[in-house]
Amino acid sequence: MSDLASNVYDIIAKNGRVDRSEIRPDAKLVDLKIESLDVVEIVFALEEKFGIEIPFDAAQPQVKFETVGDVVAAVEGLVAAKKPA
Amino acid sequence: MRRVVITGLGVVSALGTNAAGNWDSLAAARSGIAPITLFPNDALTAKVAAEVKGYNTLDHFPEKQSAFMDRFAQFAVVAAREAVGHSGIAFDGQLKSRTAVVVGSGVGGITTLDENFERLYKNGLRVHPFCIPRFMANAGASHVSMALGITGPSFTVASACASANHALGVALQMLRAGAVDVALSGGSEATITFGTMKGWEALRVMAPDACRPFSAGRRGMVLGEGAGIFVLETLEHAKARGAAILAELMAVGMSSDAGDLTLPNLEGPTAAMRAALAEAAMAPEAIDYINAHGTGTIANDATETKAIHAVFGGHARAVPVSSTKSAHGHGLGAAGAIELAATLLAMKHGVVPATLNYVEPDPACDLNLVVNQPREARIDAAMSNSFAFGGLNAVVIVRRFAG
Repeated sequence: MSDLASNVYDIIAKNGRVDRSEIRPDAKLVDLKIESLDVVEIVFALEEKFGIEIPFDAAQPQVKFETVGDVVAAVEGLVAAKKPA
Repeated sequence: MRRVVITGLGVVSALGTNAAGNWDSLAAARSGIAPITLFPNDALTAKVAAEVKGYNTLDHFPEKQSAFMDRFAQFAVVAAREAVGHSGIAFDGQLKSRTAVVVGSGVGGITTLDENFERLYKNGLRVHPFCIPRFMANAGASHVSMALGITGPSFTVASACASANHALGVALQMLRAGAVDVALSGGSEATITFGTMKGWEALRVMAPDACRPFSAGRRGMVLGEGAGIFVLETLEHAKARGAAILAELMAVGMSSDAGDLTLPNLEGPTAAMRAALAEAAMAPEAIDYINAHGTGTIANDATETKAIHAVFGGHARAVPVSSTKSAHGHGLGAAGAIELAATLLAMKHGVVPATLNYVEPDPACDLNLVVNQPREARIDAAMSNSFAFGGLNAVVIVRRFAG
């Protein structure tokens, strides 16, 4: 697992109050009992950690945030986009 | 049990600084939502709000008085003065102590706190000596009592977005119980500050452009501000002084979700609407208009629709429903009061105000929605919903007074 993915897992575990061992790429956030306010907190923590802005809003998510893998992919994409080409 | 009637109405919102201004805007389907002007909005994702426009403090208060007053307290007094003038009541003699002031506010004087703490944290400067008395959550109620010389029980009720309706509920109970003969009640709020907007932004429930409750494509809420204050009296007291009666305050049904802090559930709002109908001893079919909580968020509007279906059964598809938040924004602790004012004015004029900015139907919001243009309808009884963060619900029912 990449450092980035590992960091994302840590944040999901901490802010979603989920056991780290339950977090797998195909795990759905809703199945992990991560509620809407937890998702908002996770987004906030990821933004702080990686210095990115995640275009996520509850009404019209512009990023797919269904599974843990989706979250990792979104963060990877935004971190890559931040680096000068 | 003592019956309680409404004999005066005052309202301040983005639609106007008095009842006439508010009604003109509602009747013309004009929205008060526009780019924020109270501070630079560049750093905000959602750059719009429903600000009270053209409000000049010195038009309403001499400087010596306004120096002690946060924006939310000023709105409370402006609305209270209008309500009292409208009702023709005079607080002299014993009535001063037989009158209560129960004003809802979710937040208090956050403009004052924001300004003072910004200076403090940035520059290490001192905090202004009026910071605390301007900021305190009860300042609205206190200034109303001082401005009108009311010496009976006065306090603030806080339940976020349901504060005004809860305040009206408390005032109703006090009047019924005979604790007072008259109450000034409603709500007041002014939270359009940089810090507050960033806080809402972080919750990711703010619409970047417009508030379109119950519509497909809705993006969330838009913050508003203002106040609504009503003169409530026991029927006996109103009759004795020959007051004109706007409506009877039938009930304020209350409940709590005891669930999620921010995500609404079905049971809480359903229970509050049922409690209101039971308290009013009215059948669902007697309700001619619902002024919905209708914040414009995905979650609220779909849940509120389900709750209305649960409570109203077949009547849910017949009763006209609208959310005036699309025009005056979400007034938080003032919301229920600004919306009760809209409801009473709708009753008076026989016109249901519209849910503005409606684009197209959302199957999850299958109600008899009044959209984009007001609709003529006789309203003899109406319900006004407020469902707060924290899962606190309060539902008001008013009815045309028929003796």
